[in-house]
Amino acid sequence: MEESRRSFLKIAGIAAFGLSAIPAIDIFASESSKKAPAPAPDFSLTENSKALSAKRWGMVIDTRKFKSEKDLEHIMSVCHSIHNVPNMTNKRHEIKWIWSEEYPHAFVGDENEYLSEKLAHTPIIVLCNHCQNPPCVRACPTQATFKRQSDGIVMMDMHRCIGCRFCIAACPYGARSFNFRDPRPFISKTNLEYPTRMKGVVEKCTFCVERLAIGKIPACVEASNGAIIFGDLENPDSEIRKLLKNNFTIRRKQHLGTGPSVYYIV
Amino acid sequence: MPNNNNKIYDKNKIVIGIVIFLIISLFPIWYNHFKNVPAPDPLLTEKAKIAKECVLPKVLMKTEHMQLLNSWRDSVVRDGKRLYTNSQGKVFDMSLSNGCLDCHSNKKDFCDRCHNYASVRPYCFDCHIDNPKEKK
Repeated sequence: MEESRRSFLKIAGIAAFGLSAIPAIDIFASESSKKAPAPAPDFSLTENSKALSAKRWGMVIDTRKFKSEKDLEHIMSVCHSIHNVPNMTNKRHEIKWIWSEEYPHAFVGDENEYLSEKLAHTPIIVLCNHCQNPPCVRACPTQATFKRQSDGIVMMDMHRCIGCRFCIAACPYGARSFNFRDPRPFISKTNLEYPTRMKGVVEKCTFCVERLAIGKIPACVEASNGAIIFGDLENPDSEIRKLLKNNFTIRRKQHLGTGPSVYYIV
Repeated sequence: MPNNNNKIYDKNKIVIGIVIFLIISLFPIWYNHFKNVPAPDPLLTEKAKIAKECVLPKVLMKTEHMQLLNSWRDSVVRDGKRLYTNSQGKVFDMSLSNGCLDCHSNKKDFCDRCHNYASVRPYCFDCHIDNPKEKK
């Protein structure tokens, strides 16, 4: 017995030593395979020359031009139909990119006890504010939601979203919706040019990046008949900056320091 | 010292048990070994036949399309760059639904044939519409 234990330990020792040589073998192996590199791809990635660009996209919404809920319905349905936003029957599973809110709900903290008759009845159209300092981006553990450095749009990378919903908790505007169910059966008419989403991801307004990329303005702006104005907030000559210069505007919950890029003329 | 006579009790039962165990545990190997499954032959649409060459040469497309699509999605979503110019100078819109599947509009006979053969289940089509040509 004494003998066999001794020989067992010897063999085990030699085997362990042999295993330690694996990294060295790997290095030699990879060196020899380097001799035949894959053909270097020569390609270039570019933007569409028609693409609209800005330093920071922003929006001015002229609420004076909206009289009733009906004026908003068209805008909302255009957005939701081209982006394949499902129409969930259960309110708790609702997905919304752009929706209508009462003044006291849209501007929490800025509502007075006695609101003017006009404001009390004006529907406020709300959407993602594409904040300068977006809390959702800070909350996202996978960087699935991120702020595009080139134009300040807060975007979603659906491929990376793990559905943790931290961003929903972080967003003070409720601009984000979670797909509790597979959305496909709830899309009445699918826009074949835009992807749908899957169960378990968060989605929101993207300022129509896919339209900006081909030189079109966002769908809600196009459908609003001039009630929503879109432009570059950093460009002092833009239409949007002129509007901001000439009108009193407010932003949603700006005391929170998120720096919303959507302004409202009330 | 124990009596070292190398005797295995119930030798027959043990050997039969080992043989049965091996047959069952190696089932996937011997089951597929004798089955002659022909390599799939993805069907090209007329449009794809006319175009002759895809974004990359055929050999590379066969082996590297997943890496290509992966880099495309990062480029489009993250960097906002949506056009791809290949080595021949041809420009492509980097879009699975509107680019790739515009030409290869027969997902069942093109994509799925190889994917099923290789038993891979890409979840691309959970979101990306698999036949943008199918106008209602």
